[in-house]
Amino acid sequence: MIEINHVNKWYGPTFQALKDCTTKVAKGEVVVVCGPSGSGKSTLIKCVNALEPIQEGEIILDGIKVNDPKTDLPKLRARVGMVFQHFELFPHLRIIENLCLGQEKVLGRSHDEAMAKGAKLLDRVGLKVHANKYPAELSGGQQQRVAIARALAMDPIAMLFDEPTSALDPEMISEVLDVMVDLAREGMTMMVVTHEMGFARKVAHRVIFMDQGEIVEDALKDDFFGKPRSDRAQKFLSKILSH
Amino acid sequence: MNYNWNWSIFFEPAPGGTGTYFHMLLSGLWLTIQTGIFAWIIALIFGSVIGVLRTLPSKTAYWIGFAWVEFFRNMPLLVQLFLWFFVLPELLPRSWGLWLKQMPNAPFYTAAIGIGLFMSARVAVQLGAGIASLPRGQKQAATALGLTTLQGYRYVLLPIAFRIIMPPLTSEFLNTIKNTAVAITIGLIELTGQARSMQEFSFQVFEAFTAATVMYLLINIVVVTGMRFLERSLAIPGYITGK
Repeated sequence: MIEINHVNKWYGPTFQALKDCTTKVAKGEVVVVCGPSGSGKSTLIKCVNALEPIQEGEIILDGIKVNDPKTDLPKLRARVGMVFQHFELFPHLRIIENLCLGQEKVLGRSHDEAMAKGAKLLDRVGLKVHANKYPAELSGGQQQRVAIARALAMDPIAMLFDEPTSALDPEMISEVLDVMVDLAREGMTMMVVTHEMGFARKVAHRVIFMDQGEIVEDALKDDFFGKPRSDRAQKFLSKILSH
Repeated sequence: MNYNWNWSIFFEPAPGGTGTYFHMLLSGLWLTIQTGIFAWIIALIFGSVIGVLRTLPSKTAYWIGFAWVEFFRNMPLLVQLFLWFFVLPELLPRSWGLWLKQMPNAPFYTAAIGIGLFMSARVAVQLGAGIASLPRGQKQAATALGLTTLQGYRYVLLPIAFRIIMPPLTSEFLNTIKNTAVAITIGLIELTGQARSMQEFSFQVFEAFTAATVMYLLINIVVVTGMRFLERSLAIPGYITGK
């Protein structure tokens, strides 16, 4: 589904954000990407739907090369859902309108069809009663659930999560993780940048550990948590699991 | 001061033969309003396009925006009107120049377009700043959803940016109306022009300009009230300015 082959990326002339990254996410697989801040994990998933350009290597999404100038990027991006750390709902649109915008303008669905789909998804994330509110009237956890619903409204073939719970108050993290766990169990292909190791333990198939732009460890979940091979991953794990 | 106050002068017939001095001022007021609105429409259209160009990643777009803004804001409005009115017809091929000079209402069109372009530079800078003030994630969220750059601006960035810059835009609208007074120098007999003719015919300079002042004040109060109403009706619940 997602193939990342020998990707190198620089910010400016000198700072290399990604160093020869290679990995793969199969259909229906849930991959958690973790690592210290500045390790390039957010950059990596933003490259998958070309929000960030890469300079070397290739990324292939469902058989289509993302970093090919001939690729119709808007069309490709519409097939991958993305959830951001700061939700990024459109503040001037009501919740239900946030869910309809992409469906109508990108997928060309009729307004009624988009509304019906939106209402169904809002129900699914437990926010149907808030359909006519504006994002700023909702809590962070609620906004993030709307953001997930907005991505799902596009019927994506895969979902990318960029630290979806990092900006949330602790008591709101679980409501978002619950939605993500459900999604994983239904077989959605997911690439999740997160520090929530509980989530990784519960639903991830594989864990990728990054440090300084490199993929240091790419292992099955049990191997990763059981006996991480690299020192850096061991240190990282002991830091975030010890408290 | 040896001055004969005569407030009833407004009801005396003006030498034009078309009514009283009051009518004369009213016709000037009407021309001021027309010129102001026409100029403001031009300022908004060009200002929006140029403001957007200044925020695009493309270097060419940025330079077009930069050149436009610096050209129109670094020359006095008076000089610009002279350029459009007196110099441009000489620079064009003879037949075009003649056509321009013989155009009926040439001062009106020159004033509206000249002031409109002058003000467009200011609108562009403000809109550019408004767009730049949005979180970077907003653009990324629109892009990730599959919206094209144009759609992203149309449905996400511009609706929010315009709301943010509404207060300074109100000032620019007022400036546009006030700047129409400069058009007197190219022969547009708008409100200031009519007040001056009234002074020349009747020698009641204080009455004439008091009336003109009150009329400018009235239009601007209408504009401020209207814009405030618009601002309030477009306010996003819970966002930025609050309820």
